[in-house]
Amino acid sequence: MQEVTNKKYVPTIVAFCCNWCSYAGADLAGTSRLEYPANVKIIRVPCSCRVNPLFILKAFQRGADGVILCGCHPGDCHYMTGNYYARRRMSLLFNFLNYLGIEKERTRVEWVSAAEGAKFSAVMNDFAKTINELGENKRLQDLRVKGDRDNG
Amino acid sequence: MDNLQNEIIKKATALLTDKTVDRVIGWKRGEFVFDPSPATFSTVESLKDFVYNSFCGANLSKYLIAESKKEGKIAVFLKACDSYSFNQLLTEKRIKKENVLPILVQCNGMLDIFKIKNEEGEVVLDVLDNGETVTVKSPYGDRNLNKAEVLLTKCLSCKGFAQVDGAEEIRVSESTLPNLDRFDIVKELENMSEDERFEFWQNELSKCIRCNACRNVCPACSCTKCVFDNNDSGVAGKANADSIEEQLFHVIRAFHVTGRCTDCGECSRVCPQRIPLHLLNRKFIKDSNTLYGEYQAGAVVDGKSPLTSFTEKDPDPTEAVNMEGVKNA
Repeated sequence: MQEVTNKKYVPTIVAFCCNWCSYAGADLAGTSRLEYPANVKIIRVPCSCRVNPLFILKAFQRGADGVILCGCHPGDCHYMTGNYYARRRMSLLFNFLNYLGIEKERTRVEWVSAAEGAKFSAVMNDFAKTINELGENKRLQDLRVKGDRDNG
Repeated sequence: MDNLQNEIIKKATALLTDKTVDRVIGWKRGEFVFDPSPATFSTVESLKDFVYNSFCGANLSKYLIAESKKEGKIAVFLKACDSYSFNQLLTEKRIKKENVLPILVQCNGMLDIFKIKNEEGEVVLDVLDNGETVTVKSPYGDRNLNKAEVLLTKCLSCKGFAQVDGAEEIRVSESTLPNLDRFDIVKELENMSEDERFEFWQNELSKCIRCNACRNVCPACSCTKCVFDNNDSGVAGKANADSIEEQLFHVIRAFHVTGRCTDCGECSRVCPQRIPLHLLNRKFIKDSNTLYGEYQAGAVVDGKSPLTSFTEKDPDPTEAVNMEGVKNA
């Protein structure tokens, strides 16, 4: 498809960011004029443990090439324990996706606090680079969605 | 096996006669020896159809969710693997305990009719279990097969009975079952390359016809409202021929039962497409055992499942996926 349309491949990255830390971290990165790739689509969630495995799979299905989950550092959760649960869930889920043959670099969890604008930008740049090298997500994508993305 | 069946029917008759229970849940004779189905019996006369043979693989504990809420007491016969599901459902408060009388029954390993038909051909008239071997009767004559080769996959690594409070046990002899490492094939898959694994699962999961049998039979899949019944979930039907929907369905289903799956193997037993679904659940079990300590769902009532607890020292996901024993090659 890429050859035909001759478009430069730009990966789509979905970042689930916790309202209380990483989302504010992204804000700080912005106000501090730190750059991070424009193809990172941020979705604000109330807590990293709000992220249901279905969210991540749905993101992949709808054309994401990489999904990253950002939450508060363990011990700093706004709701006390949310990120501890998220950590266990994601450990199992990511490894399971890899078991099904999905590259493990496509999924990532990072802890970014509200004060870490620089870390946010660094994490996103690094993740975007990784996904760029990996290329398009062909294995978890719904074929019906693919056309939409290329056309629009 | 006949001896055992007689003992069980005797017990059921006694319970129904002296009104200790109002109903008994067990297995009912089917058209052939290999298709008994779960059923409730409320009269002594109806027990003439009661059967307990080598094809009673069905796990009866899930039926208790609905049955135990009805009026009156119900007796249930539990095989080794069913006893874990029973405990797990008690833990989740899905069964009304005071209405249930659990009875453990000896199990000598259940046979897989698909494996037998694979060996013998489609037409099987009768199957006799002789202990070490089974005799299969077909229009082409009788043949003896090694029992270990035609056992249900779940019976190749039997866990034995769980601790069930207040349950008596019906046993007429000692049963010996092969004791293979249940993670054998999971490990094999882990050692494959990503591409090989993808191909393997693509091959298996694309056979899925979304009949939902695995969900319906699973004792852990007992939510009153299931995510897969929601048309907006995007995984409700097989709308398109691309495989992503099956993958999504099976990933989510396996994840939903993580920490609650007792590895009873019902999903693989009922799958009409013979997809080895237990390999999905076992991967989750294996990883959570390695990362968060050994845990067997349903071994005791009120056990603490790995996904509803945590420690501060848990590894981060990035670390976890690269850890020895968890890592896929």
